[in-house]
Amino acid sequence: MPDGMATDTRGAVVTADIKAIPVRRPWRWVATGIVLVLLGLLLLSMVTNPRYRWEIVARYLFDGTVLHGLLLTLEFTAIAMAIGIVLGVVFAVMRGSANPVLSWTAAGYIWFFRGTPLLVQLIFWFNLSALYPRIDIGVPFGPTFLSLDANTLITPFIAGILGLALNEGAYMAEIVRAGIMSIPRGQLEAASSLGMSKAMTMRKIILPQAMRVIIPPTGNNAIAMLKTSSLVSVLAIPELLYSVQIIYGRNFQTIPLLLVASIWYLLATSILTAVQTRIERYFSPDRDPGLSFGARLRRNLLSRRHKEAR
Amino acid sequence: MALVRAEGVHKSYGRHEVLKGIDLTVEEGQVLCLVGPSGSGKSTLLRCVNHLETINRGRLWVDGELIGYRQSGDLLYELPDKEVCRQRARIGMVFQSFNLFPHYTALENVVLGPCLVNKEPRAQAVAHAEELLRRVGLGDKLHSYPTRLSGGQQQRVAIARALAMRPKLMLFDEPTSALDPELVGEVLDVMRQLARDGMTMIVVTHEMGFAREVGDTLVFMDDGVIVESGDPREVLARPRHQRTQAFLSKVL
Repeated sequence: MPDGMATDTRGAVVTADIKAIPVRRPWRWVATGIVLVLLGLLLLSMVTNPRYRWEIVARYLFDGTVLHGLLLTLEFTAIAMAIGIVLGVVFAVMRGSANPVLSWTAAGYIWFFRGTPLLVQLIFWFNLSALYPRIDIGVPFGPTFLSLDANTLITPFIAGILGLALNEGAYMAEIVRAGIMSIPRGQLEAASSLGMSKAMTMRKIILPQAMRVIIPPTGNNAIAMLKTSSLVSVLAIPELLYSVQIIYGRNFQTIPLLLVASIWYLLATSILTAVQTRIERYFSPDRDPGLSFGARLRRNLLSRRHKEAR
Repeated sequence: MALVRAEGVHKSYGRHEVLKGIDLTVEEGQVLCLVGPSGSGKSTLLRCVNHLETINRGRLWVDGELIGYRQSGDLLYELPDKEVCRQRARIGMVFQSFNLFPHYTALENVVLGPCLVNKEPRAQAVAHAEELLRRVGLGDKLHSYPTRLSGGQQQRVAIARALAMRPKLMLFDEPTSALDPELVGEVLDVMRQLARDGMTMIVVTHEMGFAREVGDTLVFMDDGVIVESGDPREVLARPRHQRTQAFLSKVL
């Protein structure tokens, strides 16, 4: 009788909590060691190799031109993303409309702005006056209230914003559409059964839930936008990259100045990542926050010692 | 006066006819149980009553109002969205898969409809919602998110959410079919109490015990038609039609 045996002869052992010796994982330590050595070597070379010219990096890090460039880069990112998100929501909703004219217009917009290079679009907007020398505001086919010279209206800054935002809008439309499609039909039906209108359902039920799906790729796009905005340097706008190019064009310290720009780009993207995490948490009120990096590391490597200590 | 009246209701998806001429009345305060094999059209019929599905032929009235249309002489006009919303707001619906809004707490789920649709003052809506949640036995779960609730608790929140709109009619679409067996009872208890309080209800269900005990009428549907209907105790004990007998022999 195996049943009786377990309780009779080893009863005390069976009823106690299990304190097993964990499996040893030596390769985990080997891999950790190799990676740490490689990282150490990289760090050492960065400190000891004089050609990094860290003193020049330090001198230009807070240089007025550089800081002004950084500010412009942040402005472009913020404005273009803001307009892009609004356009994205509008075109995503249009794309899902029952009205075929709206739906096809949105599809056409996405097709065009995703299908042509951003660089081409930027230069196109910059040269809009060649196509439309004057821009009239008024009643279509009726009286004109305001007639503007396209050359004065489309400054390099406006052209840059137009290019970045319209391009971003096309990508955001697809992201928002994916978010809307991720919401189960039952949510829509539940809202309908309560007598909620379509617009109300979209605002209160669909979009807030879709945000969980929308935010990670949007954060991705915001980070991409921060760097893509360097393309507006072709319109001679002194954003971060162009401003360091101006400086190293004068003093030939290419590497240190690119390091300066990189440090600022990295800092800005790190902040954006932190903001993204915050927003994600806001839109997932019912979810537990995951383990921190430190806690994961402890669990991964030190779980054995941790258990033995108890 | 009948609260719900269906005359010759037909519904098809493309060439597939789901409802083939349904005639039905539900008196005020009555509980009507719709039973039948899956695919018989009972859920579709229920969804036609609050215009989640549009019907292809026939007429459907709730509380004397034609659902989804306005008739003027021989012509039918589709109702504008706003009117459809107004009609739906007075008909509560409970779904098989609960369909709670996961980004709102239990309380907010219940408050949402009255505040947004009925424009009730928030304080009043909250007080009413708290009372309803207590009545379904969830007074201690007001601020829990749906993911933290069991299936039975979620379904009771869903019932409270529907009741918060002060409906004249409640539709239940297999409300216990997605629940673990030990959680079915708590939901049926709430529905039983609701029936006792005089709510008019149409319940699509597989719970024959509930139909026998609470139902005023039992309607057996198969293949898009009503095969037989009558007093639940009578129909369940002595089914007249062979199709009813075959179905009941499988589920009882």
